[in-house]
Amino acid sequence: MSEVPRIALVGSPNAGKTTLFNALTGRRARVGNYPGVTVDHVEGDAQLGPERWATLIDLPGLYSLEPLSLDEEVTLQVLDGEMEQVGRPDGVAVVLDATTLARSLPLLGEIIARGLPTLLILTMVDELKARHGAVKVPILKRLLGIPVVGVVGTSGLGLDDLRQELQEPSGWRRASAETRAAIEEDRWSWGDRLYEEAVTPPTEQDRWTTRADDVLLHPVWGLLVFVLVMTVFFQIIFAGAAPLQDGLEWLVVEGLGGLVRQALPGGWVESLVVDGVIAGVGGVLVFVPQIVLILIMINVLEGIGYMSRAAFLIDRVMGWAGLEGRCFVALLSSYACAVPGIMATRTIPDPRSRLATILVAPFMTCSARLPVYALLIAAFVPATTVFGVFNLQGLTLLGLYILGSGAALLAAALFKRGMLRGRTYPFYMELPPYRVPRVKVIAAQVWRGLKAFLRKAGTVILAASLALWVLLSFPSPDPPPEMIPDTPAAVSWQLEQSYAAQVGKAVEPVFEPLGYDWKINVGLIASLAAREVVVSTLSQIYAFTGDEEDVKGLAERLRDERGPDGEPVYTLAVALSLMVFFVFSLQCVSTLAVIRRETHSWRWPAFAFAYMFAVAWVASFITYQLATWLGA
Amino acid sequence: MSERALSDLKEREEGVVSRLELPEALDRRMRALGFVPGSRVRVGKVAPLGDPVQYEVRGSIFCLRRSEARHIHVVSVGGEA
Repeated sequence: MSEVPRIALVGSPNAGKTTLFNALTGRRARVGNYPGVTVDHVEGDAQLGPERWATLIDLPGLYSLEPLSLDEEVTLQVLDGEMEQVGRPDGVAVVLDATTLARSLPLLGEIIARGLPTLLILTMVDELKARHGAVKVPILKRLLGIPVVGVVGTSGLGLDDLRQELQEPSGWRRASAETRAAIEEDRWSWGDRLYEEAVTPPTEQDRWTTRADDVLLHPVWGLLVFVLVMTVFFQIIFAGAAPLQDGLEWLVVEGLGGLVRQALPGGWVESLVVDGVIAGVGGVLVFVPQIVLILIMINVLEGIGYMSRAAFLIDRVMGWAGLEGRCFVALLSSYACAVPGIMATRTIPDPRSRLATILVAPFMTCSARLPVYALLIAAFVPATTVFGVFNLQGLTLLGLYILGSGAALLAAALFKRGMLRGRTYPFYMELPPYRVPRVKVIAAQVWRGLKAFLRKAGTVILAASLALWVLLSFPSPDPPPEMIPDTPAAVSWQLEQSYAAQVGKAVEPVFEPLGYDWKINVGLIASLAAREVVVSTLSQIYAFTGDEEDVKGLAERLRDERGPDGEPVYTLAVALSLMVFFVFSLQCVSTLAVIRRETHSWRWPAFAFAYMFAVAWVASFITYQLATWLGA
Repeated sequence: MSERALSDLKEREEGVVSRLELPEALDRRMRALGFVPGSRVRVGKVAPLGDPVQYEVRGSIFCLRRSEARHIHVVSVGGEA
């Protein structure tokens, strides 16, 4: 086989570049990242004929070669051959939407002027035709002096011609010196002249888009649809993912764990495999349904063209927090789980806004906090009716949601005015015509995102689960003779001997001002694996004999717990302080792992953990002291 | 005909870009989006809270905030305002 040519795919956003990339490479896409930057590097091998292949490099979409964002800088560096690990491509395939050539021909000019062999691929030629426009390809070829291929990426029309062209980038005709001189002189008038000669302009904007926008961007109907779409979005993640998660977790932890438990001799080996490895794998897998659902919905909404409309409607509100419309979806997703929420920040072009969103997303009340709130509210907040209609327990829960969301927006505003202030990134967003998304394209995108999560974050989550297992299970002396092994009392006694208990006791001075004893501290340590784990850990520490689902029973057990002085350990003040702690603190290694994956550095997860811990500590301290002073 | 800021145009009004008054990087970006002197711009929809605003330029629809649109100057050419 001859040397495989490497061809860079460049084009404006929304030009159908990714659709084309997926159509040409199938599932053979490799996702990595460019050294030192947060931009994903996507490469794939395209089969062009029997024994003929080319490697396609999918570069981030851009409007011009004058870089403003990191994405665009990466594209420029690859084209100039400055990205060593990628190497200078043998050719550039420029993908342009045939309906927006009046704007994008100057971009083509910029790329031609850089001197690499260039091929022009025109997409959406069917849409142009539907709007009574046309591209006179032979004239365009002659004027440009480079090969031109028209395709419809979604139906595959023109793909065979394209495969033919892609085989030999070294054989592509180059633009003449005159053309390049004309571009250098003024690429806009060069583009305008070209457009006039080679393109019959489309008569009007896509009629469906105009009509749909009349409704979807209407001050009343538009907002109604927006609320409806977001409610459905939220409901699907929240209600749809939960049964799938429970099922998966049950299958792995109970099913597989049970089988292994039978096969293994027992003792710490069994515990390592079942409670450490299998529970850890389960901990990674529970995120899969949520991530897949969110990625599907985001890609569908994006593919339809609704995502940018939603961002358009909500931009002003987000602007108050120093963010922009596109940050909204990431924050909304974080109500289910910060992990997919943080992954969804990729649609935010301004790196500072994106980082601010990543840093505040964990404040949004995720579903893992609910069991903790449910336990504490059931135990300490009376179910009385206030103001005639509201249940105090429900109001408390609502308050916790508002507290988290408010903190997220406030923190974002502070970051954008302080630490993340700097060169302003202009807000601009293209509103592409509404289109029917293709299942294959969405499937490929979802798979890409999921694979990246499993590879990068999954390993960290697994390692952290194992480390926590060690802390909670060792050393594990035999219980004293008067105790029957494996009873709740014995398990509780063993837990008290563990490293985690030692750490819990060691950090008592830190948490005492918040009203916590060492047992609660152990719960906090265990909750780092996932917040909801605190419930099962507390039930182990307190040797709770009831069923794990029996929240009321455990709640009673907590209320009855007495300290060494005979006073109740859990007062309303402690419960409030603990709830406030969970609102603010980043008790979740999975979120830390994903922040690390998305920012390519441990610096940001460390910072997020530290500042959220500080906020949580101060807020819980104030809550506890105030509530105690008020006599709670 | 007098020059106005793009942000002062009403819904469905049209104008031709006359000049941009923005820092260099921003100026280049707005040009890349098609806001080049001579380009015809048509105001599309305004978001419910008054900002951002849609602009149709060179076959695409972009939305900009008023803070940026204020610095793009146009000569109004009517439209169905």
